[in-house]
Amino acid sequence: MSPDDIQRICQNPDFIQLVRRKQNLYWSLSLIMLVIYFGFVLLVAFSPATLGQPLSDGVTSVGMLVGVLVVLAAFALTGFYVYRANRVIDPLNDKLKQECAL
Amino acid sequence: MSRLNVGFVLPLVMVADLALAAEETSRPLNWNAIGMFMVFVLFTLGVTRWAALRTRSASDFYTAGGGMSGFQNGLAIAGDMISAASFLGISAMMFLNGYDGLLYALGVLAGWPIILFLIAERLRNLGKYTFADVVSYRLEQTPVRLTSAFGTLTVALMYLVAQMVGAGKLIELLFGIDYLYAVILVGVLMVFYVTFGGMLATTWVQIIKAVMLLFGTSFMAFMVLKHFGFSTEAMFAQASAVHTKGTAIMAPGGLLANPVEAISLGLGLIFGTAGLPHILMRFFTVSDAKEARKSVFYATGFIGYFYLLLIIVGFGAIVMVGTAPEFRDASGAIIGGSNMIAVHLAQAVGGNLFLGFISAVAFATILAVVAGLALSGASAVSHDVYACVIRKGQVSEQQEIRVSRIATLCIGVLAIILGLLFESQNIAFLSGLVLAIAASVNFPVLFLSMYWKGLTTRGAVFGSLSGLVSAIVLLVLSPAVWVNVLQHDKALFPYSNPALFSMSLAFFSAWFFSVTDRSPRAVLERGRYLAQFIRSMTGIGAAGASKH
Repeated sequence: MSPDDIQRICQNPDFIQLVRRKQNLYWSLSLIMLVIYFGFVLLVAFSPATLGQPLSDGVTSVGMLVGVLVVLAAFALTGFYVYRANRVIDPLNDKLKQECAL
Repeated sequence: MSRLNVGFVLPLVMVADLALAAEETSRPLNWNAIGMFMVFVLFTLGVTRWAALRTRSASDFYTAGGGMSGFQNGLAIAGDMISAASFLGISAMMFLNGYDGLLYALGVLAGWPIILFLIAERLRNLGKYTFADVVSYRLEQTPVRLTSAFGTLTVALMYLVAQMVGAGKLIELLFGIDYLYAVILVGVLMVFYVTFGGMLATTWVQIIKAVMLLFGTSFMAFMVLKHFGFSTEAMFAQASAVHTKGTAIMAPGGLLANPVEAISLGLGLIFGTAGLPHILMRFFTVSDAKEARKSVFYATGFIGYFYLLLIIVGFGAIVMVGTAPEFRDASGAIIGGSNMIAVHLAQAVGGNLFLGFISAVAFATILAVVAGLALSGASAVSHDVYACVIRKGQVSEQQEIRVSRIATLCIGVLAIILGLLFESQNIAFLSGLVLAIAASVNFPVLFLSMYWKGLTTRGAVFGSLSGLVSAIVLLVLSPAVWVNVLQHDKALFPYSNPALFSMSLAFFSAWFFSVTDRSPRAVLERGRYLAQFIRSMTGIGAAGASKH
């Protein structure tokens, strides 16, 4: 890429939008995942009894449910990211590449 | 075991606590297992031959020509994560402590969404063969590649030794083969796969094994659920009824009672995974950022599914293995140690034939993981050190591949020798070091090189080295090594998990030595960030798949 190309791409409104959307997407999802995981870790560290409570009358504990939910959340977040990236980010990226003829 | 002790030992189970499994030495040859393993070896050697015919260029050798699909790569990544150690180790942790086993599984899993959001696509857009390509993208080649290669080799070799010792003990136990021959067999097959078949064979061996392990574990979980009338509640109820800890197995058990320890372990698990060179290398085996993205989605799905199955395997084993006298020796201990419970469960649910299958899968798993490790170590030597530093890029692809093959051979010999030297050593601390080092030496610099304009060569080198040194020093001073291995009275550093401190120090040094860098070179390096940023975001100019 020549300095001219770099200038051209940086000023392209599609590039500016691509960067904004992509950054919003990955920072917010990363934050959600870190909050979920470290929230869980802190709960384990400070209040293991909360996780040890039985769900209803049985022995299956709240913690077991929470553990399964963390797994499902991780999968759902990656799925959401892929969906958004394929639907929103990629078309914008393709358009940008065409405009810049690169 | 004291709490600190447990806090230290458990993360290691992820990698190589298997070594502790071998309390029993002599066992009859297990012909079912050996037969099935022979089939696996013959089949994978066939795959290696097929791959060898397709491996011509350097890109073929390092990254399978970038021709893997997202789904295939996802399976291979999952295969790297669901190693023999996590299969046997996590189910053993659940068998012993119940819920605590889940904590480690979740830490490793939670790393994957982060890798997807922050690492995968940029890595693919910027790099070609190794993650040092990315770190050195706008920095000075020689110092950055040398430190990255050093980080890669340190992590890969430690991981390899831990795997070799664990493998030798496990194979001795499962197959009745002598430790010496087991280690040599693993080393020879590993070198064979990598030198002849390169990344293509390494990836397919990993895929085949991942499918076998997922299938085998699914079958076990299904049979366990069937035993309990497809009610997890009934399974948990019976497990709590027979376990010595009672319903305490359904709650976290003081394992991470110290918040600093808990956060430090969590950081190490998440970001250590994002700093493992053989995992990062997998992102270059797909054609573009879109496939890299897909591969993490599939990988997360498979890894998550596998860990959910392990809950059923672990808790099911409490009832189905723990209460069955045939799996205990005269003194009442589990035959072969608690790491063998998944194998015993295989026998309980599927008889001798299935036991043989699971044993063969465990062996296959080790082979597939060590092959990936050897390849990543070899590419650090041949691509980063030889081709980019010594020959300054003036090298033919054939020469580069030849050096890579020689490096693989050397790594194989070294791994066998170290495996034999460390046979009777307690090497558990090595595996703890692996994730902590990966999180401290590789991850901070990789992350900053992609996300922070200000990073300079000086910052990158100091960041890597301070992460490496601090992680090793803190681990040596920790209770696990200072007290348990070196036999001192009191640990000089109170925590078993150094990642919080060593990672912070690595980030801080990388920042500090970058912002104080006033050299003309640093100005140029900061100036090159914008072009790098555009390529990392859009993939314009990224290395594509080779055309054949």
